[in-house]
Amino acid sequence: MAKELWKGNEAIAEAAIKAGCKYFFGYPITPQNEIPEYMALKLPQEGGCFLQAESEVAAINMVYGAAGAGARVMTSSSSPGISLKQEGISYIAGAELPCVIVNIVRGGPGLGSIQPAQSDYFQATKGGGHGDYRMIVLAPASVQEAVDLVQEAFDIADQYRNPVMVMGDGMIGQMMEPVEFVEIPKRQLPEKDWATTGLRGRKEHNVINSLYIEASQCDKHNEDLFAKYAKMEETEIRCEEYNLEGAEIVFAAYGTVARIVKNAIKSLEKEGIKAGLIRPITLWPFPKANFLKAADMPNVKAFLSVEMSMGQMVEDVELSVKGKKPVYFYGKAGGAIPTPKAIVEEAKKILGGAK
Amino acid sequence: MAIVFQKTKGLTEKQTHYCPGCTHGIIHRLVAESLEELGLLDKAIGVAPVGCSVFAYDYFSCDMQEASHGRAPACATGIKRVHPDSAVFTYQGDGDLASIGAAEIVHAAMRGEKFTTIFVNNAIYGMTGGQMAPTTLIGQKATTAPLGRDENHAGMPLRVSEMLATIPKAVFVERVSVHDVPNIMKAKKAIKKAFEIQMKGLGFGIVEVLSTCSTNWGKTPVEALKWLKENMIPYYPIQNFRNPEEVK
Amino acid sequence: MAGKVTFDENRCKGCELCTTVCPVKIVIMDKDKINIKGYHPATVKEMDKCIACGSCARMCPDVVITVEKL
Repeated sequence: MAKELWKGNEAIAEAAIKAGCKYFFGYPITPQNEIPEYMALKLPQEGGCFLQAESEVAAINMVYGAAGAGARVMTSSSSPGISLKQEGISYIAGAELPCVIVNIVRGGPGLGSIQPAQSDYFQATKGGGHGDYRMIVLAPASVQEAVDLVQEAFDIADQYRNPVMVMGDGMIGQMMEPVEFVEIPKRQLPEKDWATTGLRGRKEHNVINSLYIEASQCDKHNEDLFAKYAKMEETEIRCEEYNLEGAEIVFAAYGTVARIVKNAIKSLEKEGIKAGLIRPITLWPFPKANFLKAADMPNVKAFLSVEMSMGQMVEDVELSVKGKKPVYFYGKAGGAIPTPKAIVEEAKKILGGAK
Repeated sequence: MAIVFQKTKGLTEKQTHYCPGCTHGIIHRLVAESLEELGLLDKAIGVAPVGCSVFAYDYFSCDMQEASHGRAPACATGIKRVHPDSAVFTYQGDGDLASIGAAEIVHAAMRGEKFTTIFVNNAIYGMTGGQMAPTTLIGQKATTAPLGRDENHAGMPLRVSEMLATIPKAVFVERVSVHDVPNIMKAKKAIKKAFEIQMKGLGFGIVEVLSTCSTNWGKTPVEALKWLKENMIPYYPIQNFRNPEEVK
Repeated sequence: MAGKVTFDENRCKGCELCTTVCPVKIVIMDKDKINIKGYHPATVKEMDKCIACGSCARMCPDVVITVEKL
């Protein structure tokens, strides 16, 4: 298939359909409306079902029901709507149901703005809902990567019986880029023999549940969940390393900010300053080892986390670097976007200070 | 020797956690019997609420999901859309359905979701210890209405069946009670009918069942039945509100 | 018409609802017995009076009672 020009949100929806997603439950919110709109038109043609729920709260619980019934199901929203879905996400994680949640992040807090942001990092990676749980958070930096990751997200969710979030900033959702839909390698997936389909001859009833009233049982449930999360951390971490060799400063950036940082790196190079980038593709599990390895490189003097937030991922960078090198932060929030020029200035300031 | 009455296969062997005399047990049995008698146990999927009947998934022998508080109708919507040929039901109390889940039940009814809701109204929060429900009667005491519900402060108790009966696609709406044997028989008939309507694909159906909470009402189980009859039925009349032409 | 009721007595929670609906008033609480839950379970001493109407079983919230027609 040749490359076509696709708008991010529509490409994400098409990728989900290509991945076999048959059910979508959502509620309108800017800047992700093209996803439900595309689904409303296309899913019925694929023999699936799109339903506009009465709220984000209802939508995520429809996802719970459909996922528990064994379907490939997705919902999408943007920051305030994702906040409303947090309770449901916690239940989905607790009941170990596979589904894909897309968050096209906008500025906050509160109603914030409708422009791109990355200020939901904590919410996504540290468990925005109640209780101890984790979900894989995939952060595409281009429409092409969004398309690839969305398709794989369904397999990851099914493999681990766990919610997977695809977190794109508003730019990923709104911009148009050339995309090629290539079939991603399919994973070996377990049978959904736990799904509530009606007994249909089965002897024991299936129950989808996250309630463990005995403390010892709930403790065991948490232990089991964390054994699963440990496996995810072992096998699912992804990141891009760029220009690290000989780098004096290593940027940490994800999503579209990573692309801006790459421009800054080129500008710095022209000025004779070598800079590199570690771009987490999975925000959870976080590529700690990559950062630690870079911290041990003698050429690396400092890290600079650049985000469209007031500083969230920077905390994971600090934890990963374990104090071996100084970690700095530069960010813009509420829909404002860091410019290459500002990033270059920031890097020069740090290196000047570090010398 | 012929069996006149025995435990239905629709219930598991598990003994319930309900207080002595709690009419949840009767209502569970009526739902399970209806599913068995209609031959639906093999394709039934139930949704349990949050509240006293939170463990309902352990008591029904069909497939079950446990929903978050108030969201059983949303959950059931997801299930039914995936398995349209199955018999899907939600089992919800008054706090779950009429308070936190008011939006979900109204919109499930509005869309005419083809599942059946069993709404257990005992005018109190049971599981959390006797707090005021949206269906608590005026003057009725609750731990969060220690002097009795004051309509100028907490409003009037919500008549859910009457409200849902105004929604075109809520095709079957009936309020029943389980305070004596004749009413238990009528309740069973209504529940069975609601499932039949679902399987015919006619629309959304709800059976509101007036129920007791002797523990939080501070009465013996026998006194609680009498209290229900004398206090709840005058405000919550037992009647059919909607019945589709097709099954009349 | 003669009937027989059987009580799965360890399921009984002693709520007494069954005793209030028996038309021949033979269902009683067995004050000589305490079941595994610690309640006096419901029972019938004068079984010959049972008419197998099933009312007790229909009123019971805990499916304690099986009713047979002889």
